Amino acid sequence: MTALLEVNHVSKQFGSDMKALSDVNFSVQEGEFVSIIGPSGAGKSTLLRCINRMIGASSGEIIFDNMNVMNLKKKDLKLIRTKIGMIFQHYNLVNRLSVIENTLHGNLGKKSTLAGVLGLYSQEEKEQAVNILHVLGLEEHIYKRADQLSGGQKQRVGIARALIQNPRMLLCDEPIASLDPNSAKIIMDHLRNISRTMGITVLINLHQVDVALKYSDKIIGINHGQVVYNGSPKNITKEDIQRIYGSEAEDLIFDVGGIHAS
Amino acid sequence: MQANYFAKKKRNTLGFIAILGAVTLLAIIITEYNVVKGFTSLPKAVEWGLANFYPTQESLTKLPDILDKLIETLLVSIAATTTGAVVALLFAILGSNTTRVNAFFGGISRGIATIFRNIDVAAWAMILLFSFGQSSLTGYFALFFGSFGFLTRAFVETIDEVSSGSVEALQATGAGYFSIIFQSVIPSSLPQMISWILFMIETNIRSATLIGLLTGSGIGFTFNLYYKNLNYDVASLVVVVIIAAILFIESVSNYVRRAVL
Repeated sequence: MTALLEVNHVSKQFGSDMKALSDVNFSVQEGEFVSIIGPSGAGKSTLLRCINRMIGASSGEIIFDNMNVMNLKKKDLKLIRTKIGMIFQHYNLVNRLSVIENTLHGNLGKKSTLAGVLGLYSQEEKEQAVNILHVLGLEEHIYKRADQLSGGQKQRVGIARALIQNPRMLLCDEPIASLDPNSAKIIMDHLRNISRTMGITVLINLHQVDVALKYSDKIIGINHGQVVYNGSPKNITKEDIQRIYGSEAEDLIFDVGGIHAS
Repeated sequence: MQANYFAKKKRNTLGFIAILGAVTLLAIIITEYNVVKGFTSLPKAVEWGLANFYPTQESLTKLPDILDKLIETLLVSIAATTTGAVVALLFAILGSNTTRVNAFFGGISRGIATIFRNIDVAAWAMILLFSFGQSSLTGYFALFFGSFGFLTRAFVETIDEVSSGSVEALQATGAGYFSIIFQSVIPSSLPQMISWILFMIETNIRSATLIGLLTGSGIGFTFNLYYKNLNYDVASLVVVVIIAAILFIESVSNYVRRAVL
């Protein structure tokens, strides 16, 4: 296995004194399922967005598929973004368009300006979209408008839009934070399935430590913009959790010991 | 301490009311306005209105002329709004934080729109009278500039409110600028934009009547003409026709709004 993504000494400064990330280092292997956990405001979202340069990092290097994301020209940046799917907490769909139109949006990065503006998609692309929606259990909703769906269904459309890109990696920014436990499980199961059967690398921000421990191959813990834990979910200790979440760890809503036991 | 707090609050309120009263009194004294006479003359005004200001049988013969002018006014208002909306859309896309090309052009396009918005349509009409004279073109441009300024502001807010999420998502897929505009920004903000345009058409029809007085065109001029000739029956017919037209347009736009939203 080779490293698909390498993050070396990445820092991000907002304004003059707000340091969101400082000297972040980690690497992600091809096909790995990696969770980033940490308290709100620790820099998880910033870190995720630095990887596809939705936010430009201040210093360091980010190597994805042997290319340094930090100094890519605009055209190459778009090319690399087509290989990285992204999933959001609030789904970020075009609510007034249908499920299949939203899914096909994932292909816009590969289109010429004219085809993109007019929304011209080939028969092949449409069939692929239908197949993906089938896999995600949305075959009954293909022509429904996105705003008629439930939260869990919307998030599955978000996943479909990312999958149609044929990505090497998925970046998921709190994908289950606005979902009920049932829908959250469906989404997490789909993501694990995608990672295992399609070999797509998944990098996911999570608030639910128990979920992160259950699904991940690797956990990255972040606090105050610094990586404070980087390793297997099996070896994580109470002290590690305490370091990630700060002093209130004793009062966390779940029991770390219980997770390992089950 | 606590007694002080409430006493201070009461003092502030009383002080404000006292100042307001003083300013009112001063204004009445300076303009030599007689409050009692002002209000007692109201019944007389109503009496005069009922005696003179109503359409008569013979004023109906002027109806085709009036309708002609009314339709002209309506069409000018609609044309000014829709062409203003097209330009406003362009400026709104450049000016919105979500879709602007860069901060510099964003600031410039919002600045231009702010200037146009803050000059009233009536002021525009007077400014434009110098260049275009008394014609319906003056009225058209006055409404056009006013609509452009207002709609740009409304569209900027619509775009920021409705489409920032999906714009971010499409940027992350590597989609180009124009693909994002046409596949995400326009589909998500169109219904609200149409609603704003309908609102602007309604407002413009009302303003157009006033503008017509200044520019000597349209239904406003017709009203002025008959009124100054002491043809009160025809003038009142004009008012009735304007009210009917505004109610009609409003009901149509309410229907369209319900259908698109």
